[in-house]
Amino acid sequence: MTDYLLILVSTILVNNFVLVQFLGLCPFMGVSNKLETAIGMSAATTFVLTLASVCSYLVYTYLLIPLELEYLRTISFIMVIAVVVGFTEMAIRKTSPLLYRVLGIFLPLITTNCAVLGVALLNIKRDNSFVESILYGFGAAIGFSLVMVLFAAMRERIAVADVPKPFQGSAIAMITAGLMSLAFLGFTGLVSI
Amino acid sequence: MSSILIAIVLLATLAIIFGAILGFAAVRFKVEGNPIVDQIDHLLPQTQCGQCSYPGCKPYAEAIANGEKINKCPPGGESTIIALADLLGVEPEPLDAEHGAEKDGPMVAFIREDECIGCTKCIQACPIDAIMGAAKQMHTVIIDECTGCDLCVEPCPVDCIDMVPIATTLQNWHWDKPDNLIATTAKPEKSLEQNHEQGVH
Repeated sequence: MTDYLLILVSTILVNNFVLVQFLGLCPFMGVSNKLETAIGMSAATTFVLTLASVCSYLVYTYLLIPLELEYLRTISFIMVIAVVVGFTEMAIRKTSPLLYRVLGIFLPLITTNCAVLGVALLNIKRDNSFVESILYGFGAAIGFSLVMVLFAAMRERIAVADVPKPFQGSAIAMITAGLMSLAFLGFTGLVSI
Repeated sequence: MSSILIAIVLLATLAIIFGAILGFAAVRFKVEGNPIVDQIDHLLPQTQCGQCSYPGCKPYAEAIANGEKINKCPPGGESTIIALADLLGVEPEPLDAEHGAEKDGPMVAFIREDECIGCTKCIQACPIDAIMGAAKQMHTVIIDECTGCDLCVEPCPVDCIDMVPIATTLQNWHWDKPDNLIATTAKPEKSLEQNHEQGVH
């Protein structure tokens, strides 16, 4: 039980995928202009990341290992992620038009989110069990969401602040992201796995 | 050699399985119509007046869903435009004057009955069948049904149709609906605030 809790804390704070491992930076910079869209993106990513880490674990353990084709993991994981995203998009569109309106445009973007592939590959590298894979994916997604929401909230504030001209726009966003990253590095040593 | 073959077969099988899943999902989760059209249609005033140059509110809703401008509905006026802008996440625009101006209050058509020649042209023009009458007989408007869309004024050969405002009497006066209050007072402030933020940004 403690192990599972540690995995969550580790992925959310200590080894945060965006700010410490620098995965999934494109949505982090691209979709964080507005708090609303950031929340939508976070929700969609949480859903897909958890599901994709489960599916890729199953494909790896029950197909690639028995056939000794471990070297095909990257391409097969990309396929798995694309299918999970596509299927999710269609299912949501049918079952909940409201959720589709919130998440719809973000779902195809997630296919190319490197954090999703990164989690699947790190699961293999860390020899995670099935439950650990789920938690690892979920924790990574929660960490991503946390950072997205925090960053979007800050950017909304910065948008109305009196920023010196050379730093306006993306420049101040980059600086903010760097400072956030420094702050998150402070969690290192909180737990050690 | 055989390991390469196994790899190729495995990838092909995976691709076929995944393709089958997606194909099944595409059929199983096929969406009938566009749900956003219904939401837009719900916001439009349902006068079916055609002032937007579409045959009715539903066709205009479909056109909006496909990228048509949201400011072509005079009966709905500003509150409808703001509600649509809110739904679609676009900037509200002022009403397009080309399609007519927003009226101050609700209007109904009134036929000056002694001048009516009974030509039935206004009956054919009315989109919601709110005019009663027969050929060579006097026509009249069912006030409760009339949406005040103006469409019967143009075809009348003797110009005996007036648009009159509905007088507020003790019988039909009511409090403003809370929805309307929000749509007309709260939302413009919000949109102004957004404009302000974007301007500074």
